[in-house]
Amino acid sequence: MTTGQLSTTRIRAVIVKELRDYRRNRFIAYTMAIMPVLFMIAPIVVIFSLPGDVPAAKLDKGIGLSLLYLTLIPALVPAVVSSYAVVGEREQGTLEPVLTTPLRREELLLGKALAAYLPTLVISYVMYGLFLAFAGLFAHPNVADDIFQAGRILAQLLFTPLLAAWSIWAGIAISTRTSDVRVSQQLSTLVSLPPLAVTALMGFGAITPTLRLALLLGAGLLAIDLAAWRLVSAMFDRERLITGSKA
Amino acid sequence: MRAETPPAGPALVVENLTKRFGERTAFQDVSFSVEYGEVFGFLGPNGAGKTTTVRTLGTLIVPSSGTARVAGLPLNADNGVAIRSRIAVMPEAPGLYLRLSVAENLAYFAGLYELPDRRARIERALKAVGLQNRADDLCRSLSKGLRQRVGLARALLTDPQVLFLDEPTSGLDPVAAREVHDLIAALREQGVTIFLTTHRLAEAERLCDRVGIMNTTLRTIGRPDELREQLFSKVLEIRTRAPLADPAAVFGALPGADGWHQGENGAYLLTVTDPEQAAPAAARALVAAGADLLALSPTQHSLEDVYLQLIDTDVEAQQR
Repeated sequence: MTTGQLSTTRIRAVIVKELRDYRRNRFIAYTMAIMPVLFMIAPIVVIFSLPGDVPAAKLDKGIGLSLLYLTLIPALVPAVVSSYAVVGEREQGTLEPVLTTPLRREELLLGKALAAYLPTLVISYVMYGLFLAFAGLFAHPNVADDIFQAGRILAQLLFTPLLAAWSIWAGIAISTRTSDVRVSQQLSTLVSLPPLAVTALMGFGAITPTLRLALLLGAGLLAIDLAAWRLVSAMFDRERLITGSKA
Repeated sequence: MRAETPPAGPALVVENLTKRFGERTAFQDVSFSVEYGEVFGFLGPNGAGKTTTVRTLGTLIVPSSGTARVAGLPLNADNGVAIRSRIAVMPEAPGLYLRLSVAENLAYFAGLYELPDRRARIERALKAVGLQNRADDLCRSLSKGLRQRVGLARALLTDPQVLFLDEPTSGLDPVAAREVHDLIAALREQGVTIFLTTHRLAEAERLCDRVGIMNTTLRTIGRPDELREQLFSKVLEIRTRAPLADPAAVFGALPGADGWHQGENGAYLLTVTDPEQAAPAAARALVAAGADLLALSPTQHSLEDVYLQLIDTDVEAQQR
């Protein structure tokens, strides 16, 4: 048995169980499959509708809008999944047996977060890759050149995991405090949106996406994500979750 | 099922344990101990604090005051993980992941306990509850009784030093309940320490070495036969073909008899201190009085009588 530190065996057990459960949960499986496709349609329509001689300001606006749609994928997909994490177990009556095992709350939450994080990253990067492929193959070269700017790609690659992590911790935090899955999902979706402002400002050219700025903002989001894990762990009160009363 | 030799001392020691939720007292000043290998029944009406006691001893709930040792360890926040690795708790609802198979449910918990030889343990636990052929079935396809058995198999995975079973037969039909009883009886034979909460008195009487009757406070504790003796005087029930002309003359001076009264069914109920002395004397007195004796037998109070006596006393006390 591991004492005084996190057990990778237990975290892995949580991840494996969660992924199995997601795969067989129609609502979550459909959300993960359909939502990214929906968020891909608008960006592709936008870049195909941009003519080659479009003014620079309009081009930036169009591409910024496309990238904003794409960042909705790592923001919203895990919000739906993670908002189910704790309240879903409470509704099913599965939380109490789990809490009577040696599993620590940090391990449970980290396992649940990683189980939402890994598929989100795969889906988000695959969708972004498809978007780049479409742009490279079918968009006007001027439009494609703008999309393939190093700063834009860096921002997208960097912020995708950080936005996903924010959404997951926000979703799990709300999931530990609410007693209804639907309320949890609605609140989580709402709370996952504010960090998108940063990527939106970059996408629309209000902030120039330099490497230094992207790294600074990325470091800030990373610090918030790590603090969120600790904060959510502290909010996870076994007694309140089981009895509805605080210890 | 238990592989390890239990540590010295009792499996559970509870001293003056109290839990309050704000103004509401769930249980108060509860003290008892349970030895290794014992099946201890924890009885009480709904809301008596049984489940809260189990959750407290299972480290899910922090007690308001008092102390306890669970599986040899002091009950406190620092020992939470260590205590939970030595015990197993089966809540009233087994809480299975219905979209996962039986084996996947057990594999998850085997991982949470970091058990070695998981496959062999899962097979052994399923065999113990007679579900070895249902390992690949999704839990949603199982009946309530079978789900309860999966919950029991999950609790047995770890060879726990103390197994807490919270209302294990609640909501089960008589056949399913009997199957669970048989499983518990088999565990008892194997020396597993079981803390069984129930409000099924026949269940407790059949399965438990000792019982505690709880109604926010622990009202009494002991072996079922001890409790019967503590609470009820011994009674001989006497039936005659016709009512006696002068029962006071027959029963008034019997050796070992403290008094008598006539029951609603016409039988005479003789309160005695020693049935073995009083019964032959009563038979002789009845024959001498010319009565036709149909039956003479000691009445047996059930655990239910003990329970109702205590709980009724509490209700009367509350009404006063």
